Amino acid sequence: MSATTAVPTTAGRRPMRGLGALTASEARLFLRDVGSVVFAVLFPALLVVGVGYALPGMRDPIEGMGAPWDGHLAIQLYIPIALSLAVATVALSTLPTQIVTARELGVLRRISTTPMRPQGVLIAQVVVNLGVLVLASLLALVAAALAFGLPAPQSPAVAALAFLVGAAATAGVGLLIAALVRKASAAGGIGMMVYFPMLFFAGMWTPGPLMPDTVAAIAQFTPLGALSQALTAAWFTGEFPALQLVVMVAYIVVLYPLAAKLFRWQ
Amino acid sequence: MTTVVQVENLRKSYGAKVAVADVSFAVERGEIFGILGRNGAGKTTSVETLAGLRRADGGSVRVLGVDPRKDPQAIRTVVGVQLQEARLPARITVIEALHLFASFYPDPADPEELLGMLGLTEHRGKQFAKLSGGLKQRLSIALALVGNPQVAILDELTTGLDPQARREVWDLVERVRDSGVTIILVTHFMDEAERLCDRLVVIDEGRVVAAGSPAELIRGGNDERTFRMRLPDGAADQFDLIGSLADVHTVIAVEDEVEVTGSTHVLPAVILALAESGIVPDEIRTMTRTLEDVFVDVTGHAPEEELAA
Repeated sequence: MSATTAVPTTAGRRPMRGLGALTASEARLFLRDVGSVVFAVLFPALLVVGVGYALPGMRDPIEGMGAPWDGHLAIQLYIPIALSLAVATVALSTLPTQIVTARELGVLRRISTTPMRPQGVLIAQVVVNLGVLVLASLLALVAAALAFGLPAPQSPAVAALAFLVGAAATAGVGLLIAALVRKASAAGGIGMMVYFPMLFFAGMWTPGPLMPDTVAAIAQFTPLGALSQALTAAWFTGEFPALQLVVMVAYIVVLYPLAAKLFRWQ
Repeated sequence: MTTVVQVENLRKSYGAKVAVADVSFAVERGEIFGILGRNGAGKTTSVETLAGLRRADGGSVRVLGVDPRKDPQAIRTVVGVQLQEARLPARITVIEALHLFASFYPDPADPEELLGMLGLTEHRGKQFAKLSGGLKQRLSIALALVGNPQVAILDELTTGLDPQARREVWDLVERVRDSGVTIILVTHFMDEAERLCDRLVVIDEGRVVAAGSPAELIRGGNDERTFRMRLPDGAADQFDLIGSLADVHTVIAVEDEVEVTGSTHVLPAVILALAESGIVPDEIRTMTRTLEDVFVDVTGHAPEEELAA
């Protein structure tokens, strides 16, 4: 056994060498999936513009609802919802499906035989999905601004905080799905089963002040409902959405360790 | 000769199921070393332990002097692995996959050179999902080599390939070995092992049941020789003459031929005796043992014959 010297020493090693290339590769693979690109990147913008132009009265100023709503266009109530939609699509559909696909194909196992760690695949996928989320949200805001005018949020910092925490909380649900489900097709299906109720609680069909009180009371305890309410508060009322933020943080605190515990690399 | 891989008394269980009971072998630099056995015999578990993918329950493993349990990361830079049934994302292209995997290693091979060596240059832009089974296997081998490994583990690399593709992959493996890479070949195909391996072990129910070069194994423990001959018309019944020779153990008629089994000198002894009686056989065939016969002898059952699809 005289070949010991042929093995590089610990000092010469760089952890996660190639993470940049891995992230670029994940991004390229995402862009090649046209369905995902339309769904994840364009859907929120299409929703705002579509609802604004398709439904009657959406571009009329709100009257008789009192402050702070009166004077805004009805469609502008959809801005927090479009952002919640962007979060839900990435967190509940794109991300868990990508993770489960990588495991199902054996990519995670294959990568474990190289100096790259399989965690690197997850990091790359999270980075790509984060990029998609930012892009989709910006597109939705730009589309709304160009089509109907975008009111400035009452407290931009709270809106940004709510968006960040809400995206992380909703991604926790997606990561739990990725931890529990073996097949990519099943992950997509279960993601959708969670997706539509979540969108309901986010106010997709009853935006902002139009949501019945009982529904809103339930919604504030769902990650996406809390996100939508917190964004609406930050944008229009200026109230600090303390309960909603606590709810979202609670989801993060519970879901991430649980997903990490249940996750299988192969 | 330098020993690059040393496995001693390896043991690994999954719950109550013992996958590897007691496996020992040593692989020398520059050889193609075979690990043979039926599906579920413990081959894959053994090599996954080598590659640092699994932790052994007992025994010792050294790869280039390093214990994969203590320093798996050091192993991963010098051991290339081609896994059974690991796929790639459907839309990644051949060249992208090579560049991606190359980026993980401190001193990777040139992806373009590997493409040429593996005959993938004209398929460089093809997406993984559109590759044939043979091309997927070639890419898989290329990925196992892209880190410039000193040892490459190839697990069931011709399963599911048509005969033409199998022969191409075999040629490739020999070319890789000739380029200086030590190869550990895991297979349940006897012809593949016989054709490629310099030395091999046969694993059955988690234990090594035979070890040596294919030629040694085929020769070993068997000092009997068998041949069949067709005698000319009119000289058909020479059983008594042949059977009376000291070197002959049994004589039987098989269809229109005579099958003779005896000592290592049985063939010249019989031919000589027949010649003295003025008989020259029309046709003689020696019955060679194959690795498959050895396998049946040492394991007690026939290897699974999965026909290449």
